[in-house]
Amino acid sequence: MISIKSVKKVFSTKQGKVTAVTDVNLDVKDGEIFGVIGYSGAGKSTLIRMLNGLELPSEGSVTVAGKQVSHIKGSKLREARQEISMIFQHFNLLWSRTVRENISFPLEIAGVPKQKRMKRVDELIQLVGLQGREDAYPAQLSGGQKQRVGIARALANNPKVLLCDEATSALDPQTTDQILELLVDINKRLGLTIVLITHEMHVIRKICHRVAVMEAGKIVEMGTVLEVFKNPQQPITKRFVQQVTEPEETKETIEHLLKEYHSGRVVQLTFIGDGAEKPLITNLIRHFDITINILQGKVSQTQNGAYGTLFIHLDGEENEIQKAIDYIDTQQVGLEVISNA
Amino acid sequence: MLNQWFPNVDWEKMWEATNETLYMTGISTLATFILGIILGLLLFLTAKGNLWQNYTINKVISAIVNIFRSIPFIILIVLLIPFTKLIFGTMIGENAALPALIIGSAPFYARMVEIGLREIDKGVIEAARSMGAKTSTIIWKVLIPESLPALVSGITVTAISLVSFTAMAGVIGAGGLGNLAYLEGFQRSRFDVTLMATIMVLVIVFIIQFIGDIITNKIDKR
Repeated sequence: MISIKSVKKVFSTKQGKVTAVTDVNLDVKDGEIFGVIGYSGAGKSTLIRMLNGLELPSEGSVTVAGKQVSHIKGSKLREARQEISMIFQHFNLLWSRTVRENISFPLEIAGVPKQKRMKRVDELIQLVGLQGREDAYPAQLSGGQKQRVGIARALANNPKVLLCDEATSALDPQTTDQILELLVDINKRLGLTIVLITHEMHVIRKICHRVAVMEAGKIVEMGTVLEVFKNPQQPITKRFVQQVTEPEETKETIEHLLKEYHSGRVVQLTFIGDGAEKPLITNLIRHFDITINILQGKVSQTQNGAYGTLFIHLDGEENEIQKAIDYIDTQQVGLEVISNA
Repeated sequence: MLNQWFPNVDWEKMWEATNETLYMTGISTLATFILGIILGLLLFLTAKGNLWQNYTINKVISAIVNIFRSIPFIILIVLLIPFTKLIFGTMIGENAALPALIIGSAPFYARMVEIGLREIDKGVIEAARSMGAKTSTIIWKVLIPESLPALVSGITVTAISLVSFTAMAGVIGAGGLGNLAYLEGFQRSRFDVTLMATIMVLVIVFIIQFIGDIITNKIDKR
């Protein structure tokens, strides 16, 4: 659906040339939700803008839905853009138009006759759950409702690809989740390919199938979300993964607990996919003569399966503990011994 | 009672002069509105980072606007006498004031239009582009509707200054309340005529402001 080949983007500024994106190769499959994560200034905004030709690459090529957007111009590019919709961090609605008129705007651009427009707008209002607010102006809507209008507007011309430019970054956590659920729903129902950029790992975890991590204009790591969570390679990726898997206090808590326990071991278990749903702790207690103290745990759902971490303290005879650890090793569970008390 | 307070006022003449003032203000406001929006759009669109980015055109229009905005109106009328004579064959009467009124106020209004357009969130223009909108669509469906309250409040201010411009034009023979106040009032030392003409001008200004405010409030949905 999307193919980015050795793309580079250089901006000329007064201070000289700035390379925003360099050496990016990327393929997004049909129907996939693909996330790009990075801190501000990493080049992710520039990258997503090259997908609908709002920015043109200095080198390389970008192909979306069979059209080489990096090399077409004028009416061909405008036609291509009707198949590549975009939603924005600040919604970018026309305040002079009502909800209905805003959603109708892309249909007017596409030259859809009025009767059909009205019908399509009603469908879209249903789809994004804005019934009853059709005649409100953007100024009268909440952030979440505005983004729903943005989504409805983006879907109006039945696009093949939806680009999300920090679409939830201006929303509170609860509204963010609602909007993300709507995006997943749309992805499943309409088979729409979604590319989103964000700086929140929460967003990636919640809805993406695959993720690319960007730093200083380059993609430094890419893979399925579960893979990246399970085995982050780059330091920046590890930091992003920690945003979701480890609450802030984890480290402090563990350090504090280590001081309290004078025997046994503290281990960190990592559960991936099916492993996360097996009764490991029960098995340990039944088969080994040890006591287990659960210190802290967290399970996160991703689009490719569940991912969890659990900190436990094992206590008992030294060889019994060792046997238990060996047993854990044979299971589909990641194991890291934090300390030997 | 009116005749007691304003003994020298010829009401028929007063009405005629008021109508002339309204005519000059109306036509020149309409022309200024259209011309100013065109110039303002050009200034905005050719500026750096915009759809028709063009340094030379932008600087040329900007220079023309600045020059005509800086010439004092009374001098502009005199400067434009040959031009006015060429078009209307005379420099007397209400039509003769129109070229100077329009050329004097359109650049002023163009700057207001430009400011109004710059207030539009860049993201909204980007969103329209991302939907595949043509530049003409962006002008008609994004730029003008989104800046309309600013355009209307701007034309209100301009129309009011046009009323005082017509009075100035009247002094050199263009008709209207200014002409009446000067010829019948000042030159013949009939203070009451000047006062009545002033009151009529004030009423016109208040009405323009009132209408402008109502429209601006009605269309502003922010």
